Amino acid sequence: MPSLGADMEAGTLVEWLVKPGDQVKRGDVVAVVETQKGAIEIEVFEAGKIEQILVDLNTKVAVGTPLARIRTELEGPLGAVTAAPSPAAPVIPLAPPPLVRAPVAPPPPVARGAARARVSPAARRLAETHAIDLSTVTGSGPVGEIIYSDVERRLGQAVAPPEKKRAPWLDLDAMRAAIAAAMARSKREIPHYYLEHQVDVTVCEQWLTQRNATLSPDSRLLIGALTIRAVALAARRFPAFNGFYRDGKFEQASAVHAGVAIAIRGGGLAAPALHDADQISVDELMAGMRDLVQRTRAGRIRSSEISDPTITITSLGERGVEALYGIIYPPQVAIVGFGKIVTRPWVVDGAIGPRSVVTITLSADHRVSDGHAGALFLAEIGRLLQEPDKL
Amino acid sequence: MNDLDIRKVVQEELNNIAPEVDLATVDPAGDLRETLDIDSMDFLNFITAIHHRLGVEIPELDYPKLVTLDGAVAYIAAKLGSSKM
Repeated sequence: MPSLGADMEAGTLVEWLVKPGDQVKRGDVVAVVETQKGAIEIEVFEAGKIEQILVDLNTKVAVGTPLARIRTELEGPLGAVTAAPSPAAPVIPLAPPPLVRAPVAPPPPVARGAARARVSPAARRLAETHAIDLSTVTGSGPVGEIIYSDVERRLGQAVAPPEKKRAPWLDLDAMRAAIAAAMARSKREIPHYYLEHQVDVTVCEQWLTQRNATLSPDSRLLIGALTIRAVALAARRFPAFNGFYRDGKFEQASAVHAGVAIAIRGGGLAAPALHDADQISVDELMAGMRDLVQRTRAGRIRSSEISDPTITITSLGERGVEALYGIIYPPQVAIVGFGKIVTRPWVVDGAIGPRSVVTITLSADHRVSDGHAGALFLAEIGRLLQEPDKL
Repeated sequence: MNDLDIRKVVQEELNNIAPEVDLATVDPAGDLRETLDIDSMDFLNFITAIHHRLGVEIPELDYPKLVTLDGAVAYIAAKLGSSKM
């Protein structure tokens, strides 16, 4: 069970997407884990063959617990124990080979109303959500405990398919608790400083209008793709804003993975990573953004997207206000905020005219950088946005 | 395809974006971005979906005509009507 945040202690395995005998390669999604942040797709970091599933469905296990045994291609026919840890996660599971439970014949199902039947956490939550009396549910787990599928069966057709609409496990209360924990830690530990910079983005808007005019909706760009790209390029040039502050020191990141703040209907927020935002084209960035927003709102983020962001970008969109001052998501060291684009009188070449202006803000970690460097970083973002065709 | 059919498609696509909203209670002349709390990405997804389902070309310049329920239905009806002629 990978750690998907400093505050995560355990996760519930809700879906296996592989079975013993399946070949997997690095980056494949093998399982879905339910956490405070919603359902997270767990990626595998080794190529090989799934030898054994070690954690049953709807079981909650502590961070560091091996989830499956994978035989890697380099290893011989013996041994080979691998969990599916995220290498970027703060805690790398180094658990000893688990004791493998000998297969046991499933005991007869526990009868209705059996005294103190054990219930898996996911099953309990599902039952609570739908006001199902657990004493009316028959358990079919290995020792007669009630598991998720039992409650599901009891619900019959009443359960919506999980892919439809908002995933039932996107628990906004739990997400709020996770946001609260991370933001409280940030305000407690990180000495923030704040800068703001007003930038004329008329050129970006004109470039987008011209470019999108001939494209079908699938290929159209939003200005967000340009702003993320500009921040990523600037972060590559100013590495003091791209990385992690851990164990009393700053670790500069070698790649730029842009954490994109995505609002979730009903009041949630997540900032999963757009990987290598400084290396891909604006079209690829836009496609990545559409996919990420769609999956985040459906409650399907991948483990690497949770643990990888090296800097966060947050944007209020077209209906917000002019400026926002972000709170750094630890262990990152900077967050760049974009306000609503507004039309303002602006001096260009000595004449006043209406221009589209955006206020860009930087909140950065004073343990790592100073306002002087922050100002240069923000100014670089503004400069890059003057040449959208080069982004 | 009559206006009722078009309205149904528009409502379905808006509900895919804002599942919790009962579109029957939404002011058909109100700004969807406000009443449905949708952002530019949601709106682009809405335009994309309409484009795919009904084959209607919607250039960016025309977006302002589609920001209300009535406006979107009228715009699509006009586009479908003119393409038949």
